[in-house]
Amino acid sequence: MNESREWSSQSIQAEINALKHKPGALLPILHALQDRFGFIPSDAVPLIAESLQQTRAEVHGVISFYHHFRTTPPGRHVVQICRAEACQAVGARQLEAHAKARLGIDYHQTTSDREITLEAVYCLGNCACGPSIRVDDSVRGRVTPEAFDALTDELQTRPLEVMG
Amino acid sequence: MSIRVFVPRDTTALALGADAVANRLAREAAARGHSITLVRNGSRGLAWLEPLVEVETPIGRFAYGPVAPNDVTTLLASGLLEGSVAHPLALGLTEEIGYLARQQRLTFARIGITDPLSIEDYRAHTGFYGLEAALQREPQDIVEEVKASGLRGRGGAAFPTGIKWQTVLDTPADQKYIVCNADEGDSGTFADRLVMECDPYMLIEGMAIAGLAVKATQGYIYLRSEYPLAKEILDEAIARAEQAGYLGDNLCGSGRAFHLEVRLGAGAYICGEETSLLESLEGKRGLVRFKPPLPAIEGLFGRPTVVNNVLSLAAVPFILAEGAEAYATHGMGRSRGTLALQLAGNVKRGGLVELAFGTTLRTLMEEFGGGTLSGKPLRAVQVGGPLGAYLPESQWDLPLDYEAFAAESAVLGHGGVVMFDESVDMAEQARFSMEFCKVESCGKCTPCRIGSTRGVEVIDRIRANQNREANLALLHDLCETMVDGSLCAMGGMTPFPVQSALKHFPDDFQRAANGDRS
Ligand SMILES: Cc1cc2nc3c(=O)[nH]c(=O)nc-3n(C[C@H](O)[C@H](O)[C@H](O)COP(=O)(O)O)c2cc1C
Ligand code: SF4
Ligand code: FES
Repeated sequence: MNESREWSSQSIQAEINALKHKPGALLPILHALQDRFGFIPSDAVPLIAESLQQTRAEVHGVISFYHHFRTTPPGRHVVQICRAEACQAVGARQLEAHAKARLGIDYHQTTSDREITLEAVYCLGNCACGPSIRVDDSVRGRVTPEAFDALTDELQTRPLEVMG
Repeated sequence: MSIRVFVPRDTTALALGADAVANRLAREAAARGHSITLVRNGSRGLAWLEPLVEVETPIGRFAYGPVAPNDVTTLLASGLLEGSVAHPLALGLTEEIGYLARQQRLTFARIGITDPLSIEDYRAHTGFYGLEAALQREPQDIVEEVKASGLRGRGGAAFPTGIKWQTVLDTPADQKYIVCNADEGDSGTFADRLVMECDPYMLIEGMAIAGLAVKATQGYIYLRSEYPLAKEILDEAIARAEQAGYLGDNLCGSGRAFHLEVRLGAGAYICGEETSLLESLEGKRGLVRFKPPLPAIEGLFGRPTVVNNVLSLAAVPFILAEGAEAYATHGMGRSRGTLALQLAGNVKRGGLVELAFGTTLRTLMEEFGGGTLSGKPLRAVQVGGPLGAYLPESQWDLPLDYEAFAAESAVLGHGGVVMFDESVDMAEQARFSMEFCKVESCGKCTPCRIGSTRGVEVIDRIRANQNREANLALLHDLCETMVDGSLCAMGGMTPFPVQSALKHFPDDFQRAANGDRS
């Protein structure tokens, strides 16, 4: 990992300052924080509220409204499984059950080795070639249970140096 | 001379290993002493053939697919670089592949042919002709052209685009906005994604024309966060378009301005609804607004705003370049032009099929789709996303036309066609519709928020064979309450898939859950 995912008030404030002048700056700020730190640290809320002249409750309300934002640190990789209809039609329900059993976790949980956080997603735009999953920023198609196992094995055992 | 070889780079091609194929091709061609130029083009939209490799020859581009990295050695050995058709994966000339040749590609005329980020490629394929034409015309003239084309919004509601633009043009304001709805939340749809990943300048051009038409100088593309690659490509395309004078303070030296920025959504289906989207763009929770006022009068930050789907805006460059008539000659009844259909789910040949309105669903699913992927009989098809009805075989002869679908309580929506084979349990699908509404409801009104929660419970009881008849009656009532009492189509249309499942597949509600299909 190139950039430190450790956060501090200063680094949070720097992200806020870079974007706060934009009209409707709140979502861009939240995205920037999550991209950088992997989640929205709770200490960010008062800083954002102050900078955008909103109440903390308003900022909280926005964070909790959107499924994408998380307030606890994820594992090293985030794996999203598409639960939507086109993927259901080609076995997404089976894949979902398999993935949970294989990793021993439910959605919104992280494996005990902190390698993988499992999330649900509703469509990745790969609906002609499902079942689809997203691993960090890359989408995979036609994911069979075997392919899922091979992939998670790789994610959980790859040496540190080559992690992107 | 270096031979040009094309390996697509859209999400689906990449999801199926296109990068590995491209690397392998570069390495093995070099090892054999061939000089090749690898172009990472967009996808042709023939998803089932991805990764689809093409080779340029004097008589046209030859296609091979679906190519796995391990096929590269034998493909090169059998003469891929000369366009040989000896290999089992050879498909002949790309343009002659039936699936492609039988389409009417107006909006998607360029996808897969060009390098998505190359402005030269775009220009060489009639890119920016529409913008240049628009710069010669008065705003009212541009609006008239779009009206005359008969273009109706492709995001779902099918509202005439020209009329929406007229309202914005007619509303005086210090600032107006063009907002592109790129939230593409419907399962089974990916046409917006293909535009953005494979032909981003077309969307940029369409938005700039919209800006000229209504006198808006700022545009936003509200893009779902599930599309990271589209974000990357759009950001780069916008930067290059600014550099080349197709965006910015001085469009093509005309002295007129149009600025464009991509904003990311955050995983909320409801933010595809236009007023929820505007709230989100303003940095708020995506609560649906009451209408009126219409966004065209009081939209983003209270200013007149055009909100259009990606495909609506992407159709505009063609209309301005070729004329309204060229667009309107396609189609049937009040559905003019072409519709981007997306074949998805349990389908043998999934992908993008752009056709004039009027083809039947059956033709689409059989002649293009080739039936199910599993080879089992097709049982149900959901058209128009998660709020669209499930159609049984008796409805597959419906022509693809807004009015014909509406007459059957069905919707074309954004053109997603999701096929299911006989293994589908329609009670389980109905449950999912309610569950999805529960997860994605903005929470503003009770019939939607509470109704969907109750809907899941009631369907669970039906499937568990508890008091089945009474619970079925309750489910019917609940659906009616949601249809009648919801503020927007989320709660108002979630009952469509549920009611259609109840009506056309009642047997699935008469047996216990968990696989008892006797
Ligand atoms: C729940 C819900 C979700 C929607 N999602 C989308 C979407 O993802 N993309 C879209 O363009 N329109 C979506 N719409 C329709 C928009 O509200 C709006 O009609 C559309 O953006 C207008 O553009 P158009 O006239 O070009 O179709 C949705 C509507 C509802 C009620
Ligand atoms: S119907 Fe549902 S999504 Fe629409 S406004 Fe009401 S609560 Fe929100
Ligand atoms: S439904 Fe799974 S990718 Fe679209």
